[in-house]
Order: sequence, then structure tokens, then C-alpha cells
Amino acid sequence: MKQLILGNEAVARGLYEGGCQFVSSYPGTPSTEITEAIAKYPEVYAEWAPNEKVAMESAFGASVAGRRSFCGMKHVGLNVAADPLFTISYTGVNAGMVIGVADDAGMHSSQNEQDSRHYARASKIPMLEPSDSAEALAFTKLAYELSEQFDTPVLLKMCTRVSHSQSVVELGERMEVTKEYQKDIPKYVMMPGNAKRRHPVVEERTRALVQYAETADINRIEAGSCNAIGFITSSTSYQYVKEVFGNQYPVLKLGMIWPMPEEKIRSFAASVEKLVVVEELDSFIEAHCRNLGLACEGKNLFSCIDELSQNKIADAMEVIKSSGTALDAQIPARPPVMCAGCPHRGLFYTLKKNKLTVIGDIGCYTLGAVAPLQAVDTVICMGASVSGTHGFNKSQNGASDNKTVAVIGDSTFMHSGITGLVNMAYNESNSTVIIVDNSITGMTGHQQNPTTGFNLKGDPCAKIDLETLCHAVGIRRVQVVDPYDLAQCDAVIKEELAANEPSVIISRRPCALLKYVKHKAPLQVDTEKCVGCKSCMKIGCPAISIIDGKAKVDSTQCVGCGVCEQLCKFGALTEV
Amino acid sequence: METKNIMIVGVGGQGSLLASKLLGRLLLSRGYDIKVSEVHGMSQRGGSVVTYVRFGDKVYSPIIDKGEADFIVSFELLEAARWTEYLKPNGKIITNIQQINPMPVIIGAAEYPQDLIQKMQAANLDVDAFDALTLAEQAGSAKAVNIVLMGHLSKNFDFTLDEWLEAIAQSVPAKFLELNKKAFQLGRDA
Repeated sequence: MKQLILGNEAVARGLYEGGCQFVSSYPGTPSTEITEAIAKYPEVYAEWAPNEKVAMESAFGASVAGRRSFCGMKHVGLNVAADPLFTISYTGVNAGMVIGVADDAGMHSSQNEQDSRHYARASKIPMLEPSDSAEALAFTKLAYELSEQFDTPVLLKMCTRVSHSQSVVELGERMEVTKEYQKDIPKYVMMPGNAKRRHPVVEERTRALVQYAETADINRIEAGSCNAIGFITSSTSYQYVKEVFGNQYPVLKLGMIWPMPEEKIRSFAASVEKLVVVEELDSFIEAHCRNLGLACEGKNLFSCIDELSQNKIADAMEVIKSSGTALDAQIPARPPVMCAGCPHRGLFYTLKKNKLTVIGDIGCYTLGAVAPLQAVDTVICMGASVSGTHGFNKSQNGASDNKTVAVIGDSTFMHSGITGLVNMAYNESNSTVIIVDNSITGMTGHQQNPTTGFNLKGDPCAKIDLETLCHAVGIRRVQVVDPYDLAQCDAVIKEELAANEPSVIISRRPCALLKYVKHKAPLQVDTEKCVGCKSCMKIGCPAISIIDGKAKVDSTQCVGCGVCEQLCKFGALTEV
Repeated sequence: METKNIMIVGVGGQGSLLASKLLGRLLLSRGYDIKVSEVHGMSQRGGSVVTYVRFGDKVYSPIIDKGEADFIVSFELLEAARWTEYLKPNGKIITNIQQINPMPVIIGAAEYPQDLIQKMQAANLDVDAFDALTLAEQAGSAKAVNIVLMGHLSKNFDFTLDEWLEAIAQSVPAKFLELNKKAFQLGRDA
């Protein structure tokens, strides 16, 4: 049966058909839907782990136990899981293990534009790279075969345009594969003596994989009508090349991006007058061609910044295309904003009002950095708020303790904030951490996490109690506030900053978009009382605007949170 | 046939994913090769969002580039104006006339441009602007703007009404089917 599905859903289908029995992932755009989709198959155990390192180690455990396994993550998540990655390359697997990683060229929803292909080479693990949903399904199944045949985990590299594009796939049947666990200390216990014997095995495996790459169907040559140019490409870049040139020039399409073939590339290069490599982000295929001593073009034509498109390829190759008409008008940007009723808004307003330095973190609340709040000073990576605040304060010998806070979400705190908090307690930092607990992983589209009391499948499960956890790691001062209550927020923040020991404030209120959250009626503006002072505009709520000198509340957006009401000195904003 | 390109643009949260799902179901039932490219993650939080729908005998790229769109279907007027450069010569813009202020306008750092429809017409763009929000409210929910827009778009294709309605039935929850059928018809008649 033909279906139109997302690349991520196709990976999930490939996991199902390929006999996967265990999935552990951490959500991250653009990878999240793989794990959400696999959770719908009752044959497969699937879970959200607190972070990617835990997910990868759990998937490795399942593989050793003899069950085909998978862990999924975004590109920056692979950094978190890099520690196990480099060593499970040495141990290899028992049942097949596939690691899904989704890059985000163009940074649609990410803090950097790293090219995860480098990890394949660095960790000496083969990497497959599909270019549409049909390949995503087929390559996922193939990855299990390769994993077991070559005794290696296999990386499956997605990107935003493959993950989040729907295309047509043909569905197949599930296969069942189960292996027995066998104790094997030289293979699985990576202490120096054993690891020294495994490293040559890894090098031999790579040589065998290069031989596989020479003849593999997924590294295919598509003939062209003219050999003036030959393209080497992969992933979504392949689609752009075909969009512009169709069957005009021959194309070597690499489905396995590491290790790459040598003879196949040499003979392809010899068959064309000019070799052009088209790839997003860094020079990877191109660098390989140059290592083979082949003359080629690539990053001289196509930038290593941002994603590619058919027009970028056409422009670089001097193909004339019709262009559209830009309007002669100043079109204001429309950046993402905190939603109306977002519980983070009241908190960030309070932080800004108190002129605090805010060491921020990764999540919807990163939007606290956007005008008009502009309340965030740094954002780096998951967990960096807590450890960053410790360093910021400790290095200044107390000078910044009472005017600096860390802000971190519930899911991010579980991911990698806890260790930073342990460090604060252990090394006696007089810092304040605010956990913005909206009871969900928000930015990636509402995934459960260890603090919500529900698991990936939506079933009730153990719930981590944040207050108890903070106490247990050595933080004595823990207070809970409601971010809709500005006076309470302000008082508690002042109190904890003044305290002479580390503290945690939990700003607790569920995400306004959660289905179970009951909304109040939209607020109304008493135009008699409104003087147009714009105090209510300081919070950057998308539901409020000033029209003809008076505040106006958009009733389709307002959820009646009442934060603006607390800012109005004239009582003009009222509940119905 | 040559690949046809439809861009669906709007403000994050307005329901463009349902519109592209509906088109996908319809086109799949007609046997086309299809690619639909969506935006997830941060941009969904009230930002400018775009979905690309492409169909034909064989579709390669999942995205639509400048100068390629046969149709731009917009949930909001400013968003229609933002993407005009993506329209093919002789392409058509179908837009809701609703205006939603972006944050730079709300905080007074920028102005919402005036007379956008006239400006688009003056640039020789084929603009079909109508009040989809009012029609959606007439059908029973402001959220049905996406289906009203699909109803209006449907006039430009030779798919039968039954084919469209079948695709709607496959895309919306059963309890909202009648509302959405009504919204579709109101858009089609507008």
C-alpha cells in the first residue's frame, strides 16, 4: 500500500519492519517524530530517556541483550552521546543497533549548524544518508543488516528537509530477529588491554565496509546524456541537483556517506570531464575526493553556510531560471514569540524588572531573549545555564551572586541540569537557579519527561519530584512560585538572591497549549479607563496591541492569564 | 505533467499543517508523486511559517524556490506579501485578508504596511483576496480558515467535489466533519 509520510515516520516504519524491539531517544527538532511514530507500534518498546547519552547506552544494552535497538536525537544531541558512541564502535553489537541523528542545516530550530557526518569518520562508524521517505524506510532496514553483518552500530543521518518532508512510500511486513546474549569479556569490557585488541578490529571493519561501499546498490551511478559534468552528491542535495538538471548529467548518488568508496569514485571521475560535489554544510565528500587526488569543485561553488536549494545550485552552475517579483514594501519580520498565556512570560518580566543577569538554556523560554523582554544574557546548550551561572558567580567572588540567575526548563533540567546543581552544592556556589516547570517538553511539541508523571506512550508512570531532588543534591532553599502571580515572583526572587547560600526557585505552571489546561475568558479593555500608557505592552504578549491610543486584546488569542491585568495601574484590563 | 507547486504560508499555529495534509491525501488518491515539506519546532511559536506542496509525475526537491510557485495560499495578508518573490510568472496568490500584527509591529519597532493588496496588484501579481475568517466563523469555528482557503483553492483544479470531500473526511476528526464540509463549500463559493 502506498502512503504519504514524513521522513521521520518512514524511519519509524523501517524500524518496525526491520524487527526493532527497543527504542530510547531524547526529543529534538528535527528528529522527534521518529520516536513518536514508533511508539504507536505495540510490538516495539519505546521510551523517552532523560538525555541522549542515556538513550544511546540503553539502546546499546538492548543490542548486547540480543534485541535490535534504536536511539534517535538531533545533531547537538549526538554531542551529548559522543562518549558511548566512540566506544561502542570498538565493542560492536550483538543484535543490530541503529543511531538516528538529524542535522538542521539552516538552523530552523537549533543553536548551531554542525555537520554530524564528521562523527561517522571520527568514531569509525558507518553512516547511511537517505534522501527521501522511501529511502529513509529502506535504509533503516538495511542499517540493521549492515550492523549485524559488520558487527558495528550504524548511524542513520537525517536532515530537516528529509525528516520533515512527506513523500510516497510502499509499506512492507515486519521481520522478527532475536539473538541470545553471550558473555564475551574481550568484546564488551573496554579496559585498555581489551580495547587495544578491539581497535585493529575496527580498522579491519572499515576496510571491509569500503569494499561494501564499492559495490553497494545505495551508492548508485545514474547515467546522464552529457558527460561534461559529473555530480557526486547525497541526501537532500541529490534532490536539488536532479531538480535542476534531471538526467542531463551523470550523478553518483552516495547512500552510504561513511566510509566512502574509492574505486567507484575514481572511475566515475574518470568518466566525466569535470567533477562537481554538491553537499550541504562542510566539505566532506569533497575532502574525500581530494584525498584520493581527484580534481573537483564543491565548496568554491556552494556555501558551507545554510541549507542548499535548487536555485542555489542553478545560480552556482550558471543555469538561468525565472525569478519572482519581490514587493516594493517594507515587510516586517515575524519572529517566533512566547504564546499568549505562556507561563514563562511573567517570570521573564520579573527578571527584567529586577535588571538581573540571566544565564539561559534551551527551550521555548529561550524566547525570553526576544524583544521586548530581552531578559536573557547567554544561551549555549542543554544544561549550560546552571553550570554557567556557577562559573559566572564563583569567578567574581560573590560580586554577582545577588543579581544573577540561571533559568532552565523542567525537561532540560532533567537532561543535564542536575549535574550542574550538584556542582553548585558541592563547590558551595551562592547561586540561584530558576526551574521553569511547565510540566512538558514544550519546544519540540509536547513530549513527556521524567517530571510529568507520564511516559512516551501516555501511560502514568513514576514522577520525579523536583523539590525532593533539589534537596537531595544539597540545596536547602527550594521555593515554588506561580509565574502568573507577579508580586509573588518578585518577592521570592528577591528573597532567594539575598540568601547567603545556593537556592532553587521552581516557577510552576503548565504550558498554556496543553489540552488539559483550562483557559479563562479573554480579558476586556475598559476604554474609559485605558490611558494608552502601554504598561501592558512591556510583556510582549501577542494578544495585546495598541490601536488608536488604546489597548486592545485579541479575544481569539487571549487565554485570560491575567499577567497584563497586574501591570495596569488604571484597572482598564479586566476579567469578564 | 510538469510539477505543480503550492505554497501554504501563514502564522505559526494557524493550521497550515492540516491544509497540507488534506492536499496530500487528495493528490495521493489521484496517483501523483508528491512531496510536502513542513516546518516544525521553534517557528511554530507564532512565527512566519511556510509549507511546500509539490506534485507531478516525478518530484525531486521537497521545497519550492523563488519564481516557482503556481499558487501561494496565505492565511494572513502580510505573509502573502512576504512570499511574492516565490510566485511563478502567471502564478496566483490566494489570501485571507486577516491581519495579525507581528511582534516588531506590536512593540512599535515596525509598521504593518498599508494597502498591501493594491501594492501586489500594482506589481502585476494575480491576487485573489477574500475574508476567509468570517466564512470560517459562519461555518462554526475560526479555526476552519484552513479549510475555507482549501475550498477557495479548489476552484483552480479539476478535481471533483467528491474527491475533495473524501480527502477532508480522511484529514479531520469525525465530529468536526460537517463543520469542515461547510467551511470548504463556503470557500469554494466565495
